[in-house]
Amino acid sequence: MTATQPAPAAPEAAQGPILEVRDLHVHFGARRGKGPTAKAVDGVDLQVQPGEIVALAGESGCGKTTLARSILGLVEPTSGQVLYRGKPLGRGTAALKPYRREVQLVLQDPTGALNPRQSVYESVAEGLRIHGVKGDEETLVADALARSGLRPPRRFFLAYPHELSGGQRQRVVIAGALALEPSMLVADEPVSSLDASVRGEILALLLGLVRDLGLSILVVTHDLGLAWNIADRLAVMYLGRIVEQGPTETVLANPRHPYTRALLSVVPEVHHLETQILSGEPPDPTRVPPGCRFHPRCPALASGEAARAGVDDRCRNEAVPILRGVAEHHAACFLTDESVKKESERRPRTRGSHAEGLQ
Amino acid sequence: MAATSTRTFRPSAGQRRLGAKLIGAALSLAFVLVFNFFLFRVLPGDPAKNLTRNRLVPAEQVEVLRESFGLGKPLPQQFAQYVRDTLSGDLGISYKFRRPVSEVIAERIWPTVLLLGLSTLLSTAIGLWIGIRGAWRRNSVFDRVSLGASLALYAMPEFWLGIMLLIAFGVGVGPLPGLFPTGGLSSPDTELASLAGVADVARHLFLPCLTLTLAYIAEYALVMRSSLLDELTEDYLTTARAKGLRDALVLRRHAVPNALLPTTTLIFLNLGFIVSGAITIETVYSWPGLGLLSYEALRTPDYPLLQGVFLLFSAAVIIANLIADLLYAYLDPRVRTG
Repeated sequence: MTATQPAPAAPEAAQGPILEVRDLHVHFGARRGKGPTAKAVDGVDLQVQPGEIVALAGESGCGKTTLARSILGLVEPTSGQVLYRGKPLGRGTAALKPYRREVQLVLQDPTGALNPRQSVYESVAEGLRIHGVKGDEETLVADALARSGLRPPRRFFLAYPHELSGGQRQRVVIAGALALEPSMLVADEPVSSLDASVRGEILALLLGLVRDLGLSILVVTHDLGLAWNIADRLAVMYLGRIVEQGPTETVLANPRHPYTRALLSVVPEVHHLETQILSGEPPDPTRVPPGCRFHPRCPALASGEAARAGVDDRCRNEAVPILRGVAEHHAACFLTDESVKKESERRPRTRGSHAEGLQ
Repeated sequence: MAATSTRTFRPSAGQRRLGAKLIGAALSLAFVLVFNFFLFRVLPGDPAKNLTRNRLVPAEQVEVLRESFGLGKPLPQQFAQYVRDTLSGDLGISYKFRRPVSEVIAERIWPTVLLLGLSTLLSTAIGLWIGIRGAWRRNSVFDRVSLGASLALYAMPEFWLGIMLLIAFGVGVGPLPGLFPTGGLSSPDTELASLAGVADVARHLFLPCLTLTLAYIAEYALVMRSSLLDELTEDYLTTARAKGLRDALVLRRHAVPNALLPTTTLIFLNLGFIVSGAITIETVYSWPGLGLLSYEALRTPDYPLLQGVFLLFSAAVIIANLIADLLYAYLDPRVRTG
C-alpha cells in the first residue's frame, strides 16, 4: 500500500520521508509450528519526515515495541517493507550495517541498555569501533558526551554505569547513539524508567537534538502526555494496527477513534472528555477479532452510538482498511472517519479481510 | 584492582578490602587448625592398637607405642603441643609411616595435582563450550541432547560413575576386554622417566581423569548455560546489535564475558572442594594421591597425618575462595566500588 495522495502542508515532504513503513506484518509463530500465531504487528503504514518527532502510542502488548524493533531490523518482518530514504532495508547483519549507523536505538531502561562491565568511554566508543569511524576516538567520545549534557565529558570516561544516576545513564546511552552522527533515533519509552524530575531534562535534550542536529525521532510510548509534550505527529496503535494518526495537536484536541478517546480521557491533564475505563478482555494478538479489531471493547458500539449511525454491522464484520502513512488526521473507524467510510465503500474487501473475516 | 599507594600509608578501598579478605582467610584457617585436632580424636579406634593388630605384641609394648605418640599425656597438653608444633611448621610424625607428615604429603601430592589439574582444565573447557553453545542455540538438537546428558551426569554420584567406568573399561564386560588398568599410578617395573613410562602413567590416568571430568563437565555446562541464557535477555545486547555488531561478536564481547562471572566463582570454589572430592575417586582407582592417603590415614586413625592432610584440604578451599573473591572484584566493576 503506497501513499498515493501527496501529503499536504508538510514542507519536508518534498524530499520524501526519511523512514517509511509499508504494510508491515510481524507474526510470531508458536514454538515448533504448533499453537496459534501472534500477530504482533498486523499491517502498519507509517512515515517519519526529516526533523520530525513522531510518537507511537498504545497500551503494552499493542505491538509498538515489535514495530520499533522491526524498524531497526532486529526483528524480521513477516511481510511488508521498511524503507530508509526510499530504499528498502537489507536483510542480515552485513546488509544492515550502514543503516544501523544512521538509525540509532535508545531503550527504556538505561541500566539494562549499558553493559555493566564497560566504562562510559567503552560504551560510547563501541559504535565508533564497530563502524570504523575515522578521527580521534577520544575527541569523538568527548563530543558525544558533551552534546548529551555530560560535562565535562572527560570526567565521565572511566565511570561505570552503576556509579551514575538514572538520568546520567540515559545520557550515556544517548551519547553512544550520537557518537555515530545518526539521522534518526528510535526511542523506546526513553523516559518511563526515569524519575519525574529527570524526565523533563531528557525530553529537553531530545528536543534540542532535533533543533540543533535536525534529527528525526520515533518515540514509542504508552504515555499520551509525553507524546503531547514533544511529538509533532502521533500514531495510536491498537492490537498490531495504527488506529489513528495525525498531527499531535489535532489528534489530541479532536480524537476520532473511540480507543484514542478512551486513552485520552484518563490523562490527568485532559478535562474535556468524560473518563472512560475500557472493559472487556485485554487484546490478545493470537486472537484478533473479526471486523474492527477494537469492536469487542468499543464504548461507541456498546453504547449504541454505532447502531444509531447504522455502522454496527460493519464494525463487527468488515475489516477496517489499513491507515495510510500520510500526514493528515485519520482514524480507522467506520463511525467517525469519513475517509475510511468512503474508502471501504469503494473497496468493500481490502487485502487480508477474507482471512480475518473467517476467524 | 588495588589503587596506587600514596607515601603516607592510607589504604585505598581496594587495599582495605584485600586486607579484610586476608584476615578473614587467616581466621578460617586458624579455626580449621583447632577443629581438626578434636575432630579426629573423636573418631573410634585406638591408633596404637590398630597398628599392632594381628601381631603378638604384649600390652606393655602397646603402651610404650602410645607413649611414643604422645597420647598418654592429658588432652589439653597434647593440644598445646600440636598448636605449637603446627605453627612452627612441624606437622608431626605419621604413626603409620613413621616418617614426618610433611614428607609423606610431599610425596603423595603430585599424583593428585596431576589428576585434578588435568580434569579441571578439561571439564572447564568442555563444560563451558557446551554451555555456551547450548544457550546460543537454545532448543536445538545439540542443546536438548547436552542438557539431558548433563542432568543425568550431574545427578550421578562420582564414585558410582567411577565404579561403572572401572567395570566397563578396566575390568571389561562380557567379550570386551579391560582396555585400561584398574588402578595405581603406573605398572610395576616401568621406568617413569622414559617415553614408555609417560605413556604408562597416561593409561593409568585415563579412567580416574575421565570420571572426574565427566562429573564436573555437567555442572559447568548447566551453570554456564543458565547464566548465559539470563544474560541473553539483557538490553545491552540489543543495543550492541542495533549498533551493527555481528551476532557472533555480541556473544563473544558482551554476553559470554558477563555470563562467565558466576561460572568463574563456581570453578574456583570447586577447585577447593575437588581436592577432597578426589578422596572417593582415588580410592576407587587406587590412585596414590592425597585422597587415597587420607583414606589410609582414617583407618588407623593416624592423627598427625589426618591433621596434616585436612589442614591442606581446608587451606585449598580457603585459598580458592580467596582467589574467587579477588578475581570477581577484578572482573566485575560493580563489586570493586560497591
